[in-house]
Amino acid sequence: MNKFETLYEALANLDGFIYPNEIALNWDLLIVMYPYITGLVAGAFILASLNRVFDIKALRPTYEISLLTALAFMLVATMPLISHLGQPFRFYEMLITPHLTSAMAIFGFVYLWYLMVVLLLEIWFDYRYDMVIWSKEKKGFMRFVYRALTLWVLDTSHESRKTDEKIGYFITVVGIPSAFLLHGYVGFIFGSIKANPWWSTVMMPVIFLFSAMVSGIALVMFIYMGVNYLRRQKTDIFCLDTIAKYLFYILIIDFTLESLDQIHRIYEADESFDILKLLVRGKLFFTFFIMQIGLGTIIPLSVLGFLQFKKPRERIRKILYAIVSVCVLVGIFYMRWNVVIGGQLFSKSFYGFTSYKVDLIGGIDVWLSVLWFVIPFFILAFLLWLLPPWKKAEDLPQEKSL
Amino acid sequence: MAIEKKNFSRRDFIKQTSMFAGGVVFVSLINPMKVVYATKKPEGKGKWYGIAIDIEKCIGCANCARTCKIENDVHKEPFFFRNWVEQYTITNDEEILVSSPNGGIDGFEQPVPEEDIYKTFFVPKMCNHCTKSPCTQVCPVGASFESPEGIALVDQTYCIGCGYCVQACPYGCRYIDPDKGVVDKCTLCYHRLKDGLDPACMMACPTHARIYGDLNDKESEVSLFIKEHNCAVLKQQLNTVPKLYYNALSQEVH
Repeated sequence: MNKFETLYEALANLDGFIYPNEIALNWDLLIVMYPYITGLVAGAFILASLNRVFDIKALRPTYEISLLTALAFMLVATMPLISHLGQPFRFYEMLITPHLTSAMAIFGFVYLWYLMVVLLLEIWFDYRYDMVIWSKEKKGFMRFVYRALTLWVLDTSHESRKTDEKIGYFITVVGIPSAFLLHGYVGFIFGSIKANPWWSTVMMPVIFLFSAMVSGIALVMFIYMGVNYLRRQKTDIFCLDTIAKYLFYILIIDFTLESLDQIHRIYEADESFDILKLLVRGKLFFTFFIMQIGLGTIIPLSVLGFLQFKKPRERIRKILYAIVSVCVLVGIFYMRWNVVIGGQLFSKSFYGFTSYKVDLIGGIDVWLSVLWFVIPFFILAFLLWLLPPWKKAEDLPQEKSL
Repeated sequence: MAIEKKNFSRRDFIKQTSMFAGGVVFVSLINPMKVVYATKKPEGKGKWYGIAIDIEKCIGCANCARTCKIENDVHKEPFFFRNWVEQYTITNDEEILVSSPNGGIDGFEQPVPEEDIYKTFFVPKMCNHCTKSPCTQVCPVGASFESPEGIALVDQTYCIGCGYCVQACPYGCRYIDPDKGVVDKCTLCYHRLKDGLDPACMMACPTHARIYGDLNDKESEVSLFIKEHNCAVLKQQLNTVPKLYYNALSQEVH
C-alpha cells in the first residue's frame, strides 16, 4: 500500500476526469533534469564558439571554462534518463538495437557524436600543447597522466600548434550545428508527440534550443565569477559585460519565441485550448507565471536591459550579473518543469487534471535529480584542477583575422 | 617508360558522391514514408483484427474490466488498467461529467438527479490497436510492436521502461507495471487468440456489446456490424487510424 500512497493521494485530489492510467505521472523530476542538463551543455558550448568562431575576443577568458563546463555536464547528461528507466540495465539496447522510427532512439548517437567528436576532440586540440608542457614539468604519476592525455604526441613545434589551432577551429565550426542538433533534438522528443497538445508544437525544438543557450550562458557566467571568487582573482568585467549582452539578446529571442507559441495557441484556441488555459492558470500558475516568466525572464530582461544603457559601478554590476544568472538558471529549470510535468498534469481526455507533488523527503527521483545536478560541479572542479585554463600557454599570435 | 598512374580526380569524387547521394534520394522517393509507421497492413489473406463496441448495449457492469484484470494478472490497484469503463453524463445545463471509479469495477454512482440528466451512457475503453500506432512508432528499442494481425504488443523482456509510448498513446491505454518496471497494455488476449479462444473481455460481456474479429473478412461479425451501424473511432483527427469502432458514439467522448 505504501508504494502507492502518493498515487492514492493524487486519486483523492483529482480535478474532473482523467483516464485511470494517467493518475501516475510517468515522467518525473528526473526527466525535467534531462533537458535541463543537456541544455546547459549546448548553451555553454555555444558561448565557447562565440569566442572561437565568431572571434569575439572579449569572451576569451571564458573559452576553456565554457568547454570544460560543457564536458562536465555532458558526462552526466544521460544519467537522469537512464536512472529513470524502469529497467535501467537495459539502456544499452537503445544503442545496439535502435528502433529508427523513434525520436528517442537516436539520442545515444547524437550524444556520442557530440561528446566524442565535438567536445573531447576540441578540448584535446585546445590543450594538447599545454599537456605536453605539463607532462615535462610534472614528475611521477602526474607526468604519466599528462603524457597519456597527450596520447604520446609530444610535438611542441610552432607548426604543430598551428595545426591544433586549425583543427580546433574546424571542430568548433562542426560543433555549432552539433550543439543545435543536440538540443533541438531534445525538443523534438517532446514536440513530436501528437497525443499531447501541450508538447506538440513545431516550435518546441527552437524554443528548447534558445532556452538552452540562455541557460548555458548564464551558467558559464556564474561559474566564471565563482571560479574567480574562489581563486581570489579579478573577474574581467569587460568579459562579463559582453556575456551579459549576449545573454540579453538571446533571452529576447527566447522570450519572443515562447510568447509567439503561446499567442498562437491562444488565438487559434483549438479543442485543447480550454484545458490548457485551466492548466496554465491553475496548476502551473506558480511555476509558469511567477518562476518561468517573472523570475526567469522579466527580471533578467529588465536588469540586463537597464545595464545596456546605464553602467553602474563594477561591484554593483558583478552582483547584478550573479543575481541575473541565478534567476535565469532557476527560470529555465521551471521552463523544463512546465513542459515535462505540465504536459502530464492534464488528461488527454481534456476533462481533468491529476497532480504531482515533489516528495522532498522520501522521493528517490528528487535525490537522484539533485545528485545529477551536483556531480557535474565536482567533475568541473576536477577538470579545472587537471586542465587549469589559467596555466595555459599564451595563444598563438593571430596571423590573419578569421 | 611512362608509368600509368590513375589519379582519383576531383571530377571522380563529385561524380561518385552525387551518384551515392542520388541513390539515397531515389530509394527514399520510391519508398516514401516507410520509416514513419512501424507496421503496415499485410497483403494477402492474413487476419487483421478489429473491435466493435456497441455503446447502446453497454450496461456499465464492468465485467470486461474485472475479467481482464484476473485473466491478465493486472495490478489490482486502481491506477493500472488494460480495460476500463467510463460513465458519461450530460446534464440539461450541457455540463459534461465523466467518471470511472476504479475503472468501473466497483460500480458506478450517478450523482446527478434523474430530472437533470440530458443523457447518460457508458463507454468501455481499451487499446484501439491503431493501424498507425503512435506508441509503436516512438518505442526506442522496438519492444512495442504490432503483430502481423494488427495487434499492438509489448515484448516485456526487451522493454526498457522509458515510458515514451505511455506519453505517445492518445487514449491512455498504457501504463508502467510498478513491479516489473516495463510497460503493459491490452493484448486483445493474444495468448487466448493463439489457442483459438476469445479474449476474456469479449467472453465476459453479458449483453454482447463487444465484438471482435477479422476486418479482412467482409462476412465476419465485426465487419458486418461496422457495415450496418454508424460507427466512429476516437480522436480521428490524430490519424492513428484506430481499429476499435464504437456504435452510437457521442461527440463528447474523448
